[in-house]
Amino acid sequence: MAIAKFVTIESTAVPLPIENVDTDQIIPARFLKATTRDGFGDNLFRDWRYDKEGNPIPDFVLNQNVYSGEILVAGKNFGSGSSREHAAWAIHDYGFKVVVSSFFADIFKNNALNNGLLPVQVSEGFLSKLFKAIEEYPATKIKVDLVNQEITLLPTGDKEQFDINSYKKECLLNGYDDIDYLLNLKDKIEEFEKSRA
Amino acid sequence: MAGKTLFDKVWDAHVVHQIEGGPDVLYIDRHLIHEVTSPQAFAGLEKRGLKVFRPQNTVATPDHNVPTINQHLAIKDELSRFQVNKLTENCEKHGITLYGLGHPYQGIVHVIGPQLGITQPGMTIVCGDSHTSTHGAFGAVAFGIGTSEVEMVLASQCIMQPKPKRMRINVEGELKEGVTAKDIILYIISKITASGGTGYFIEYAGSAIRSLSMEGRMTICNMSIECGARGGLIAPDKTTFEYIRDREFAPKGDDFDKAVEKWRTLKTDEDAVFDKELTYDTADIEPMITYGTNPGMGTNISGNIPSESDIEASNLVTYKKALKYMGFEPGQQLEGIPVDYVFVGSCTNGRIEDLRAVAEFVKGKKKADNITAWIVPGSRQVEQQAWEEGIADILEEAGFKLRQPGCSACLAMNDDKIPAGKLAVSTSNRNFEGRQGPGSRTMLASPLTAAAVAVTGKIIDPRKLL
Ligand code: SF4
Repeated sequence: MAIAKFVTIESTAVPLPIENVDTDQIIPARFLKATTRDGFGDNLFRDWRYDKEGNPIPDFVLNQNVYSGEILVAGKNFGSGSSREHAAWAIHDYGFKVVVSSFFADIFKNNALNNGLLPVQVSEGFLSKLFKAIEEYPATKIKVDLVNQEITLLPTGDKEQFDINSYKKECLLNGYDDIDYLLNLKDKIEEFEKSRA
Repeated sequence: MAGKTLFDKVWDAHVVHQIEGGPDVLYIDRHLIHEVTSPQAFAGLEKRGLKVFRPQNTVATPDHNVPTINQHLAIKDELSRFQVNKLTENCEKHGITLYGLGHPYQGIVHVIGPQLGITQPGMTIVCGDSHTSTHGAFGAVAFGIGTSEVEMVLASQCIMQPKPKRMRINVEGELKEGVTAKDIILYIISKITASGGTGYFIEYAGSAIRSLSMEGRMTICNMSIECGARGGLIAPDKTTFEYIRDREFAPKGDDFDKAVEKWRTLKTDEDAVFDKELTYDTADIEPMITYGTNPGMGTNISGNIPSESDIEASNLVTYKKALKYMGFEPGQQLEGIPVDYVFVGSCTNGRIEDLRAVAEFVKGKKKADNITAWIVPGSRQVEQQAWEEGIADILEEAGFKLRQPGCSACLAMNDDKIPAGKLAVSTSNRNFEGRQGPGSRTMLASPLTAAAVAVTGKIIDPRKLL
């Protein structure tokens, strides 16, 4: 089942300079009762975004009209805690295609990649540069080029390379998914089972 | 050639295929599923027109979203009921064993796996839940996965995973009185931080770890994920084999002896090399409690919350935000803080040993008036044992009530929510903002500490009451 092909993105970004953003914050447990993958974006960062009565909290970045875009730039150790893939679904469903941070939790990283959401890990220094640029000038555009594994702060031309394993890169660029790959390995899997019996 | 670590031995034995520049294709021996992270995986499978490849290797139980009172009645919350029914439907359709509500084996996935002997040394075990690391206590490679990966396992009994790096954490020495497995792991996480284990699989070793019961070892491995590690494991030994013996799905008779022979080889070679190695001394470990909003923000219960000057510059924002949320002051003394709720339960500390510890402590005492206490067994078997051993009665006399099994207030998906602003001391594993209900505040501690808090109504070093 194909996921959308990942193309080079040039977009403004939303800054979230908070560290250790756990998946309970990204999508609180009480919204995990759905049995489909859709619609989680409405409750993305629910308890930071809305108060108890459901009114938007003006201080929270998703409620500030000045910031928008397909790139979420977040503090260190993003996506820690619960393995809920709903976190990746919520971010993607909201409209983000890339999350930038200086550090990602492992399970979140896998979940993101499996849903066509690209986690871009940059150095602490580059991350501060991004935050500074976006906060000073919210219309700042950032380019994320997966083919060349490069993220560029367009106004200044500052750039940095990022890592991704070549298999996952191919999958994202071509819209392949792991299950197709695994299904093609069926014979090998059965052989493995026999060899252990 | 350098020797192999325990982790390498188990992992490498399950690699079906290596992708160049990519993840390993890893064969999965046991797959556990529950109602919250599986429905979309089954839906995906059906969309592709696929069957479950090896239904006999998957076991299901509802736990995250179930009520903990009146489980014999239909679930009131419509969405929860739908989700639990969906699990039943999917299992029936695909021939997967299900321990549904009311079944004597139902319970939290990570409590029932070991209890039934499903969890065994040398296995690869996954579940759509990050605390799958619990099963590592048996010398298994066990870790949490996302829903897309649940679908992969259903479709092919394999997942694709980059191999994590290896870390060994040694804890040496004898534990001081009143210090439990929970304190060890809270101590470790407070030292290496909530992200210090990211990218690693941790082997716990050393005399203090070896001295622990299986329950204690499970508590340690369970919280590996709270320092970011993919999982944790402990080499199986006599304690492990004796625990497994005679359990429902354990090998029996000759098969058991043969299995033990094989399991004995599951240990790290002396010349194996770790990417990182840390050693801690039990002399430094006291009863612990968390004061912040990630499990790394913990300290000695008899001490104070760190002051600003103790915090590294890069962590200051998190620290301030956490204290503001918790309503605490920098440097504040922990003992004496009044508490509203005590929660004993979860896959970290909801096993029979945990309930025994609480019962032993509260026997002949009464809970404080300001405390609402929820004691939730990790499984039906634990619940039944608690009744049989008289634990339930002791608890009742002390003013507590034993509820029915489930994840309950650990993640507050059901009705067991700590109200906004209220402070809970919890034996679970996460103190994130709102984890136990919107606006709730959580301090993580051991069952012993939780019992002491329940009796006194405030934060207290349990050793003062021993
Ligand atoms: S008890 Fe808590 S941590 Fe354990 S499986 Fe349930 S929700 Fe997850």
